[in-house]
Amino acid sequence: MSDTNNSAVPSVPHSALAGNGITRRDFLNEITLGALGIAGLGSVAVTYQYFSPNVLFEPATTFRAGNPDLYPVHSVTFLPDQQVYIVRMPEGFYAVSAVCTHLGCITQWKADADTIACPCHGSKFKADGTKIEGPAPRPLPHFAISLTADGELLVDKLQSIKPAQVLKT
Amino acid sequence: MATSFRSALQNLRETKVWKSIFRSGPANTNRTRSLAVFGNLFLHWLPVKVREKSLRVRASYYLGSISFLLFIVLFVTGILLMFYYHPAAPQAYRDMKDLQFVVSNGVFLRNLHRLAAHLMVFAVFWHMFHVFYRGGYKPPHEFNWVVGVVLLLVTLFLSYTGYLLPWDQLAFWAVTVGTNIISAMPVVGSKIRFLVLGGNIVGENALLRFYVLHVVILPLVAFLLIGIHFWRVQKDGGLTVKHRDEDGKE
Repeated sequence: MSDTNNSAVPSVPHSALAGNGITRRDFLNEITLGALGIAGLGSVAVTYQYFSPNVLFEPATTFRAGNPDLYPVHSVTFLPDQQVYIVRMPEGFYAVSAVCTHLGCITQWKADADTIACPCHGSKFKADGTKIEGPAPRPLPHFAISLTADGELLVDKLQSIKPAQVLKT
Repeated sequence: MATSFRSALQNLRETKVWKSIFRSGPANTNRTRSLAVFGNLFLHWLPVKVREKSLRVRASYYLGSISFLLFIVLFVTGILLMFYYHPAAPQAYRDMKDLQFVVSNGVFLRNLHRLAAHLMVFAVFWHMFHVFYRGGYKPPHEFNWVVGVVLLLVTLFLSYTGYLLPWDQLAFWAVTVGTNIISAMPVVGSKIRFLVLGGNIVGENALLRFYVLHVVILPLVAFLLIGIHFWRVQKDGGLTVKHRDEDGKE
């Protein structure tokens, strides 16, 4: 390649220069660095996997909320273990998340003010989850709610649905 | 009495054991004084001579030294607290209460750890402001300024991870809120939150992860960076001191 330019410089005969211009040292360095790079990426990947638990002992995301008759019409019931409100209105049932969409505090139903209020940063919501005021960026999500074969309410917290989808009774 | 003590000390210095540890001999000349500093692991990064000006209170208010002293207090009290603390739910809360009401002098150690932590955040911030307003970040101190900023962040992370360990309501909600701030990061936010908590909620895994970060990883990082920070103060030419102008104004 560029050997001709250096012809004035007396150089030690170098066998590797004859071919593609890569010396044995460069070749071994690149191979070693490449192998170390691949091993490094692999360790990052397996470390990431190691730190992501496969089994979690957390509350179930799908739960039975009991017989519909437990909930009177025009009521908002807080289920503390599930952190969900079961709301029954004349048009039907819906399950509203009790976790504030701002920073994850648990909201409280204030029956006298007819609002869901967050104690942390003052967000307020209507019973259907729409925001009235405060820093919360989104309304409280509605979870999928259905009836089991034996007539109990079933809520799936992994499935968010549109607020218009009400379980008719 | 004093003379006999002095002669006993002199005899001790003549022993083979003493001479094997302190090889430079009595520090009675500038050369042997320098050798005594160079030959000691704990002193070797200190300057053998300092300007009197840089020892004045107003030169630094000793804020860096105060931060380091508080770090040592936290290190010692933290290790002592670990003897009674299980990083598991709900045992962690009971252990914290035991330290307050059952363990002899436990409340003293716990409060010392807490207060020193609060003071350290305060001292490190004050140190940062003092260095900033003195222009201590200017060449040749840029690198050490960056190390200092990282140390400030490590201090805050230590404070935050320690906050969860009592496992009370304050801790739980502070970490719920804090880790939800993480998940506001675009694209990777909720993944990072999952990794930090070891789950989707602040539970046992989160407590254990914060504990390991608080007692092993972050203190190691802090010690390493403090070492670099102190060493660089010396290598960058000592403390930044104001030089008087020719008309005597500072």
